[in-house]
Amino acid sequence: MAALDPRSGGAPIRIRVDRKIFPAIGAREAQLVLSDVKFEVQPHSFLVLTGPSGCGKSTLLNIIAGLDSDFQGAIDLGAGKDRMTYIFQSPRLLPWRTVYENIALALPDGDPRVKNIPEMLARVGLTDAATAYPERLSLGMQRRASLARGFILEPDILLMDEPFVSLDDPTAQSLRRLLIELCERHPTTVIFVTHDRAEAVQLATRILRLAPGKASVVQDANVQLTTAQRLDRGLVLAEQSRIFAAA
Amino acid sequence: MAPVSTPTFFTRKQASVTNGWGASAERLGWLIASLLSFVLLWQLVASYADDVRRFPTPAIVLETVSQLAASGALWANISTTLVRVILAFFFAMVIGSVIGILLGKFPRVDRFFDPWLVLFLNLPAIVTITLCFIWGGLTQAAAVTAVALNKIPSAAVTLREGTRALSRDLNEMAEVYKFGWWKTLRHVTIPQLAPYFASAARTGLALIWKIVLVVEAFGGNGKGVGYQIFIAFQEFDVSIILAYALAFILIVQVIEFTVLQPLIERVNKWRR
Ligand SMILES: Nc1ncnc2c1ncn2[C@@H]1O[C@H](COP(=O)(O)OP(=O)(O)O)[C@@H](O)[C@H]1O
Ligand SMILES: [Mg+2]
Repeated sequence: MAALDPRSGGAPIRIRVDRKIFPAIGAREAQLVLSDVKFEVQPHSFLVLTGPSGCGKSTLLNIIAGLDSDFQGAIDLGAGKDRMTYIFQSPRLLPWRTVYENIALALPDGDPRVKNIPEMLARVGLTDAATAYPERLSLGMQRRASLARGFILEPDILLMDEPFVSLDDPTAQSLRRLLIELCERHPTTVIFVTHDRAEAVQLATRILRLAPGKASVVQDANVQLTTAQRLDRGLVLAEQSRIFAAA
Repeated sequence: MAPVSTPTFFTRKQASVTNGWGASAERLGWLIASLLSFVLLWQLVASYADDVRRFPTPAIVLETVSQLAASGALWANISTTLVRVILAFFFAMVIGSVIGILLGKFPRVDRFFDPWLVLFLNLPAIVTITLCFIWGGLTQAAAVTAVALNKIPSAAVTLREGTRALSRDLNEMAEVYKFGWWKTLRHVTIPQLAPYFASAARTGLALIWKIVLVVEAFGGNGKGVGYQIFIAFQEFDVSIILAYALAFILIVQVIEFTVLQPLIERVNKWRR
C-alpha cells in the first residue's frame, strides 16, 4: 500500500519541539524537559534516539505519537501518519484479555491480518502463552506480547521506547533480528529510543544523542554498517567507539 | 531436572485438590454447628420466656412459615417486595453509576456537585421516604424512588472512585491502536470499572432489601413483606414477623450466591 503512494517514498517526517515544559504540580517546580529539538527523519530510515535516563526521550516520543499536545512546536508525520504504531516503554497490555485477544484488538474489526497472529506469536516465542492472561506472565513475556501487538499492524511509522530492556540477551537479540526482518519486508520508518549504545549502533542508520538537563540534540551521526555487518559484534563495537568517541 | 519435576508437580496438585475438598467440608461443618447452636439458643430462651406470642420457639416459626406458604400469602408478599427490590436496585445502580462516572471524569463538575453528594449521603432514610410519599402519594413509583434514592449517592461515590482510578496508560494505548469509543468502552473502561460496580451492587443489595421493608411498612398499600410485618407488629404476632424475616433472608442469600457471587468471580477470573 505504502509503495503505491507516490508521496510515501519522498516526504520526511518533520519534528520540531521548541519547548516542552511540565507545569508545576504541588511542591514540584515546573520543569523544562525539551528545548530546540529539531530534526527530520527520512522515509524508511531507522533513527535511534539515545541519551541518559530522564533526559526526555519518552516525552519526545509521546509528542511525536500525538498523545501529548501540550508543547510549542510542530510535528509533521507526512503520509504515514494514519499507519503509525507506538510500542511503549511498559507493555500496557489489557490484563483482562488474553495475549491473543490483546493482539487481535490492535487490528480493526474484520481485518484479514488476524490470520497472521499465530505466526507472529511463534516469532516472539509466545505460542504456548496465547490463551494466558498477561499478569500471569513474566515481564519479558509481556514485553514480547506488546511487540507482537505492534508488529502485527505492519506500520509505516514505528515508534519504540526501549522495547528490549529487561529481556535476556539471546531473546533481545532474536527480537532485534525480527525487527530488522520486518523492516525489510515492509518498508518502515522507525524512531527507536534506547540508552544501550551497542543496540543503537546495531540497529540504527542514524543516531541522535540528547543531552541531559534541557534536552536538545547534541550529536547527529550516521551509522555506516551494512545489514550483514550488524551481526558482527566486533564491527558493531568499532563503530560504537567511532560514533561515541566524542561523548 | 525435567523428569524429577513432573512427578513433584503431580503430587502437589493432588495434595491441593484433597485440601480443597477438606477445606470446604470443614467450612460446611462449622456452618452447620454455628446455625444449630443458634437455633438451640433460641429454643432455650424461648422456653425460658414461656410466651408463645411474644417469643415463639423455632418450631412455631417454622410452622407459621409453612402455613403462610400454603395460603399463598408468603410468596405473594415476597414477590411484591422482590419486584420493588429489583426495580430500585436497577435504577439506583444505573443512575448512581452514571452520576459517579460523570463526576469522576470531570473534576470541575465534581467540585461543584460534591457538596450535593455529601448532603444526600447524610440525608436520613426516613426523610427521603417521607418526602417521596408526600410528593408522590402512596404509589409503587414513590416507593421505588424512595428506596433507590437511598442507594444512589453511595453508588455514585464508589463509581467516582473507580473512574478516577482509570489507567491513563491504557487509554493512551487505546488511542494509539485506534480502538475508537466503543472498543475502548468495552475492552478498556468497563473491565476497569467492573470491580467497583460489583462492590456497589453488593452493598447496594444489602442496603436496599432492608430499606424496602421500612418503605413498605411506612407507606404500604396492603401488599409486601414490610407491610405484613407492620400488621403483625400491631397485633404483636412475633411468629409472623420472624417467619417473613426468615424467608426473606433465605431468598437474599440465594440471590447473593447464585447471581452476585458468580458474576464477581467471572469479572475477576483474569486476576493472578
Ligand atoms: N507527566 C509528567 N509530569 C511531570 N514531569 C514529567 C512527566 N513525565 C516525565 N516527566 C519528567 O520529565 C523528564 C523526562 O522524562 P522522560 O521523558 O520519561 O525521560 P526518559 O524517557 O528519557 O528517561 C523527567 O525528569 C521526568 O521526571
Ligand atoms: Mg523513558
